[in-house]
Amino acid sequence: MITKRIIPCLDVKDGRVVKGVNFNNVSDVSSPVTLGKYYSDCGADELVFYDITASSDGRKLFADILTEVAKNVFIPLTVGGGINTLDDFDRVLKCGADKVSVNSGAIKNPNLILEGAKKYGDQCVVISVDVKRVNGKFTVFAKGGRENTEIEAISWIKRCVSNGAGEVVVNSIDTDGVKKGFDIELLKEVCSAVNVPVIASGGAGSIQDFVTLFKEIPTIDAGLAASIFHYKEVEIANLKKVLKQNGIIVR
Amino acid sequence: MIAIIDYGVGNLFSLTSSFKKIGAEVVVTSDKSVIEKASKIVLPGVGAFGDASKKLLESGLDKVVIEQAKNGKPLLGVCLGMQMLFEKSYEYGEYNGLSLLKGKVVPFNLPKEYKIPHIGWNALRFKAKSPLLKYINEGDCVYFVHSYHAVDLDNSLIATAEYGTEVTAIVGNGNVYGCQFHPEKSGDVGLKILKAFTELGE
Repeated sequence: MITKRIIPCLDVKDGRVVKGVNFNNVSDVSSPVTLGKYYSDCGADELVFYDITASSDGRKLFADILTEVAKNVFIPLTVGGGINTLDDFDRVLKCGADKVSVNSGAIKNPNLILEGAKKYGDQCVVISVDVKRVNGKFTVFAKGGRENTEIEAISWIKRCVSNGAGEVVVNSIDTDGVKKGFDIELLKEVCSAVNVPVIASGGAGSIQDFVTLFKEIPTIDAGLAASIFHYKEVEIANLKKVLKQNGIIVR
Repeated sequence: MIAIIDYGVGNLFSLTSSFKKIGAEVVVTSDKSVIEKASKIVLPGVGAFGDASKKLLESGLDKVVIEQAKNGKPLLGVCLGMQMLFEKSYEYGEYNGLSLLKGKVVPFNLPKEYKIPHIGWNALRFKAKSPLLKYINEGDCVYFVHSYHAVDLDNSLIATAEYGTEVTAIVGNGNVYGCQFHPEKSGDVGLKILKAFTELGE
């Protein structure tokens, strides 16, 4: 059987990992290359690099850094941030990315997923969605969660998948940063709506939150988190041990 | 020197990095003479079978690969490159493969609860002895991404993975080998498989 995946997410700005990464045994705490290797060695199943740089100089630096990461990390790499055109797909794939994560770019241009999937295959295109409850309805937000698009989330996700998105990352704005667990209600709805892998994001605060996620939603494929891994509140090796003890299949 | 065949399909970056990581000398090439001089050949591939086999055919490198393999040079097909070792594929039509191994490539026909593509880490089950398994253990996980799989093999099945059916994972017959998964994306286990391949015939 396929294993459940644990995925650390690294936000990169101007070539450095942000969010105050805090390791004792890592010499350069904000080097994407060092951290990428660290996570790869401690059992992460995949890495997500998110480019939060705004300037074109930053973009170029990100490409150089990504190339360096890809040379040193032998697990799948997903790259997101600033993906608006097929040229953006090309730019990051050439640097060694395996999958490209699209968010606001797909809201601006819904054909982006279709075009990306046609050119690079469904397995290459990940739709990432920021979702927040507005008047009790799951609603898509754009621009890093700042802008309400008024699009209903479940139908949007279904549309993206039928356009060729091969995986879905669901980030719940309501649970993000609260560290009280993943948004089980939202994730259950997404999992029953689509038949491609779904990755849970937003809200993990402890090992138990991952156990709950995989127990409550047997069809969910992966759990993604950032700061709890960076701050070592949850260590991946230990997380996997506990998941195994709970009968959840992991690598 | 290991030659990774460049016929305009897919990302060869990770494969090259992986061989370098284990200290193997590697060259990405579409040059017939370089392939002929190489000690081993890797046939990569991502995307659709029809498109890839057309490109390989147009490059003329299909004949070189077949000739070299028949002369006994170790060959490793990776992902779509593995699928191309077989006789036929039925991905969006019907296409001829290189016919170096007996069998055909068909779409998954899985119970409804199984998602397609088969994406993620899955455990290997050994089906036959092979030098390619030298450094790894049964149950080790490797990274798969595919929607089609090889069936009706004769005696070339080396390892499988369980995903609603027995998925062909590693194949080999004589000097011709293939991995359905991506060894270059399968962490240490993948690197160990590549290492075993580089040591073939030594």
